[in-house]
Amino acid sequence: MSSRTSVLRRVLLVAALAVLAVPFAVPTIWMVAASIKPLPEIFKAPPTLWTSHPTLAAYGEAFTFQPFARQYVNSVYIAVLVTLITLLVSSMAGYAFARIRFPGANALFLVVLTGLLVPSEVTIVPLFQVFKQAGLINTHWPLILVTAFGAPCVLASFIMRQFFIALPAELEEAGRLDGLGRPGIWWRICLPLARPALSAVAILTFLASWNLYLEPTVYLTSPELFTLPQALTRFTDAYGADMWNTQLAAATMTVLPVLIVFVIAQRQFVEGLAHSGLK
Amino acid sequence: MRYWTTRRRDVLTGYLFIAPQLAGVLLFVLIPVGLAIWYSLNKWNVFTGKQVFVGGDHYAALASDPQLPSVLLATVVFSGGVVVLNITLGLLIAVLLNRRFRGATFFRTLFFSPVVVSVVAWTLVWGFLLQDNGGINGLLHAIGVDGPNWLQHGDTAMLSVIVSQVVRSVGVNMVLFLAALQGVPSELYEAARIDGARSRSIFARITLPLISPTVLLTAIITVVGALQSFAQIAVLTGGGPELSTTVLVYYVFQQAFEFNDIGYGSTLALMLLSFVMVLTLLQWQLRRKWVFHEQ
Repeated sequence: MSSRTSVLRRVLLVAALAVLAVPFAVPTIWMVAASIKPLPEIFKAPPTLWTSHPTLAAYGEAFTFQPFARQYVNSVYIAVLVTLITLLVSSMAGYAFARIRFPGANALFLVVLTGLLVPSEVTIVPLFQVFKQAGLINTHWPLILVTAFGAPCVLASFIMRQFFIALPAELEEAGRLDGLGRPGIWWRICLPLARPALSAVAILTFLASWNLYLEPTVYLTSPELFTLPQALTRFTDAYGADMWNTQLAAATMTVLPVLIVFVIAQRQFVEGLAHSGLK
Repeated sequence: MRYWTTRRRDVLTGYLFIAPQLAGVLLFVLIPVGLAIWYSLNKWNVFTGKQVFVGGDHYAALASDPQLPSVLLATVVFSGGVVVLNITLGLLIAVLLNRRFRGATFFRTLFFSPVVVSVVAWTLVWGFLLQDNGGINGLLHAIGVDGPNWLQHGDTAMLSVIVSQVVRSVGVNMVLFLAALQGVPSELYEAARIDGARSRSIFARITLPLISPTVLLTAIITVVGALQSFAQIAVLTGGGPELSTTVLVYYVFQQAFEFNDIGYGSTLALMLLSFVMVLTLLQWQLRRKWVFHEQ
């Protein structure tokens, strides 16, 4: 008797979760499905998921309507570069704040932490003027520099510091006895041990850069310099009407690679991104 | 005596290691805030590039800006709506997933997946689905309901940005709540069950009080995140119809970059900064209190 109620409860639980999951899963599935539909079918009522005439025409159009390949390369190279710089800068700063005693360390750490208090939506107003003076408007420099060294990097430094604080000191002692200096201990002993924290930082930073929208909107005006999120909003025809299926094909190409990596490495993603809600 | 003792070398390494991050904070955070304060005290002429010191004029303009009350109201409604829906939904999903059953990992991955989807792509898709002849009204039509033109009316447009934002980001809170739920000692549950407590009262009397610090801290971070939601609103509604979804962060963007009013834009940006700072500092203070309390 009790086993039957527990089976029933389990079925109800899964049913409840399946209903809740609809708004989470359907938009992405619909995006992919609609991107291979002929245009008139997208707005068929009632909406359908499957089409009997799949076509990749919209995918080709995405590349001819805008320099989409170029924009794709822009997003990838900026995100990779920003991630590499952030990994280096944050693992150095995090290590020094956690393990090295130097005068003023606490005060300087508080100065760095102010980076977590100030949203980039605020600093972009004055920074635009600074970059304009420096002649860097309509270049990728603002996107790279501000993300790699500014507020997003501070969160990374904070995560790295928390990790290094918890690392047992004996591990470093062994390195010291082997004659390693501080930089050697950091590079050869601590960084290899910090792989979980580094991968969390890498995922967090890559996605932050990949999803940047306000910054490219403000700094970039030439389509060949655009990044993907910005490019996605520019698929409109000469009359300003949205080119639905082309836009959805482009969105699918933006989203799918990240989603696939997420499904493969979901534990690292979840742990990494949970940090963003932990400041 | 050598000058470069191990200690001296250590101190130097320390400074060199933090130098890039410190320079980054100075250049891209602190100096910009200083500049924003300076800009807010000046009036700029975009065409001649000249600036005139106007003192507190922009701050006085805040009080007489006919649009600002509506912007602040939209900000409160949006942030409030996001935090209430996000925390409720996050807790509900976490509680449902916090038991062993086949498919728990699958559902966790599914609920988390929108977090890794590009905000703009996600919002574009919701924009399609929310069209008058889009997928959502198509579904409603199939069950005999005539859906509204979601993005063309103030109330439903606000509801739409709130829901699309929450569904995209609730995964992070779900994970934090799951971790908190797993931190509740199982002996407490067993003891309560032996005392004959029902599961609803166990949740209300044991689980909820124990995870309430996490819930409150998460709520504050969620509000801070909502205050910074630019892409969602820019892509889904562009602040409209009329001003109904023009929240503060979007208004800052409009004033500073569409109307090129750098002085007033900076003033509004500082207002946004003060909201975020107060909330974040409050969150840090509370966490410090509770972390020590827990130990």
